[in-house]
Amino acid sequence: MEACKCGEKWQELDKIIAAHRNRPQDLIEVLHKAQELIGYLPKKVQVAIAEGLGVSLSEVYSVVSFYAHFTTKPKGKYQISICKGTACYVKGSPQILERLEKELGIKAGDSTDDGRYSLEVVRCLGACGLGPVMTVNKRAYGLMKPEKAVAVLQQYQ
Amino acid sequence: MSTVTLTIDNVQVEVEAGTTILKAAEKAGIHIPTLCYLEGINEIGACRVCVVEVEGAKTLMASCVAPVAQGMVVRTNTPRVRAARRLNVELLLSNHPMECPTCIRNLNCELQSLAQSLGIRQVRFEGRKVDYPKDTSTPALVRDPQKCILCRRCVAVCEKVQGVKAIAPLERGFDTVIAPAFQEPLYEVACVECGQCTLVCPVGALYEKDYTNEVWAALADPDKFVVVQTAPATRVSIGQEFGLPPGSINTGQMVAALRRLGFDRVFDTDFAADLTIMEEGSEFIQRLTKGGVLPLLTSCSPGWIKFIEHFYPELLPNLSTCKSPQQMFGAVAKTFYAQKAGIDPAKMVVVSIMPCTAKKFECQRPEMRDSGYQDVDYVLTTRELARMIKEAGIDFTALPEEQYDDPLGESTGAAVIFGATGGVMEAALRTAYELITGKELPSLDFYEVRGLKGIKEAVVNIDGTQVRVAVAHSLGHARQLLERVKAGEQYHFIEIMCCPGGCIGGGGQPIPTNTEIRAQRIAGIYNADKNMPVRKSHENPSIQALYREFLGHPLSEKSHHLLHTHYTPRGKY
Repeated sequence: MEACKCGEKWQELDKIIAAHRNRPQDLIEVLHKAQELIGYLPKKVQVAIAEGLGVSLSEVYSVVSFYAHFTTKPKGKYQISICKGTACYVKGSPQILERLEKELGIKAGDSTDDGRYSLEVVRCLGACGLGPVMTVNKRAYGLMKPEKAVAVLQQYQ
Repeated sequence: MSTVTLTIDNVQVEVEAGTTILKAAEKAGIHIPTLCYLEGINEIGACRVCVVEVEGAKTLMASCVAPVAQGMVVRTNTPRVRAARRLNVELLLSNHPMECPTCIRNLNCELQSLAQSLGIRQVRFEGRKVDYPKDTSTPALVRDPQKCILCRRCVAVCEKVQGVKAIAPLERGFDTVIAPAFQEPLYEVACVECGQCTLVCPVGALYEKDYTNEVWAALADPDKFVVVQTAPATRVSIGQEFGLPPGSINTGQMVAALRRLGFDRVFDTDFAADLTIMEEGSEFIQRLTKGGVLPLLTSCSPGWIKFIEHFYPELLPNLSTCKSPQQMFGAVAKTFYAQKAGIDPAKMVVVSIMPCTAKKFECQRPEMRDSGYQDVDYVLTTRELARMIKEAGIDFTALPEEQYDDPLGESTGAAVIFGATGGVMEAALRTAYELITGKELPSLDFYEVRGLKGIKEAVVNIDGTQVRVAVAHSLGHARQLLERVKAGEQYHFIEIMCCPGGCIGGGGQPIPTNTEIRAQRIAGIYNADKNMPVRKSHENPSIQALYREFLGHPLSEKSHHLLHTHYTPRGKY
């Protein structure tokens, strides 16, 4: 099993699981709490949850892989989100995503090997008038263009 | 119980309240096509093939899940219904690989026959196809996600019947795939390789790994001496592949077919089943009288063995050390028989015809090489044997009945009932009773342990000792029984078979295999038992000779070396 960067958070996770022991109906709630705590849901964490709640690992992963919110990969130091909601889409966000994927050498949903950046697609950030919108660690950048987006990343090293 | 009257296609029908429209239509003699539906196991209304029109309802209803109501007026065959069914099946076909002529399920595929019966002559859409690779990681099963129509029957059977939960729907939308967690290969997860998923898959997305080419090659090799054994449950199922009624007994034709395929000797796993009873019965007597670990758990079923290794390792000391009949046969064939017949065991190829996919895994286990070679080389399911017979152009139903070869072909009624749930227990009791008491059993038939009830219990008086026995079939029921054992319930002897109904319902049996067909095969098994001149394993003359000439006595050193083994915990993840 892959190493998990959970460290001292493991005890905290045990407490969360203990509060929901043998309650399969609490699966989604526990997954939320675990991801909030650790940042992502590696196999080791999912096994612990399966064992504690009395569900199979296949069921746990079925839920984790169904919802885009859950991730099995650690997030980068800088989390980049590109909006692909309707307004941003028609104003060219696919080209921005494509450019950033090329620049970082990763696909949406992945993180760079050095752990610096992770890239994801989101649906509507509620700033359609500023589309296409990109956020980095929750700071928003509007009216983006591919080259402008690359320039923004220069600020995050 | 209150009843409801409704009208389906102008036929009035009265059914219990809560019945589905589908079941009510069945009662009225009206057939509604289904695809994802599996009675009692997968009733989720996902595929929308069974839709019907209900007067007053805005939308079409999935009849497999929609309950009836008083005065309901249902129409199952209107232009709107037909158009919807066609559209739904067309959409399933829109991303289905159209490889029908080369597909393992060609002519026995539910999607294919639906497309045919719904009159679909073209598919108007082209859907995005998935590019998930085939999973060929296990020795027993193949999973082909590209052919999968996501009906979830396999998931339901794995979860609800077997309680294994090795696979689940993963991802979403077009990317949805039925697979183990993290899309790991089946071999890496706690899958017991029972193959129940292959029985319920409506298409060619889950099927047995085919070893017919390897067997054809061995048969064509003049340097090889190819020996075949046939499991008890295959003789009451092979006929189904050739249009005979389920449960018909075709032992003689199967022997004749195997000879015509070119096997050098046609032997019977039933012989080894009798041998298993000698060893396991003696082991039981020893544990009972000398204070060993009880309850003794039977060990004939390789899916069950893998299950206990993954999920109940703490009960491994209870497991009989006996190998399964298939493996006992292989070990005896490559030692005793090779010696007796003057054949170099290195040139001997042992092939098994089994109702089982897990046997393919079992024969490759490292524990199963006590003859000095791999004891059993290839395992073919009943389905694979049927394909070989068809490929060879043999007219199965016209074959004369032929006899097995001696000496590994002689068997008793106690051996043939190994094919049905309760059979191993009954066979063991027939022998243990007589060995312990020295008296003849008043009646050979232990009806309490027969039949399709999930868990069966009986108390048998053996020489003053009240022996408590229990029998479970399907791993879901096995789990329930094992929990009772762990909670302190006292039993002396427990039989567990992995598949519903026992081996006659095994994952390698002809498709379809359902509850009704299982019952018919069980009836065939007990008829075969009744027709046998000898019905107790310890009275099999060839078994007696094997002990006299080679093994010495049950549980002898030689027996232990060749016929017994130990299993190991595997972990759940």
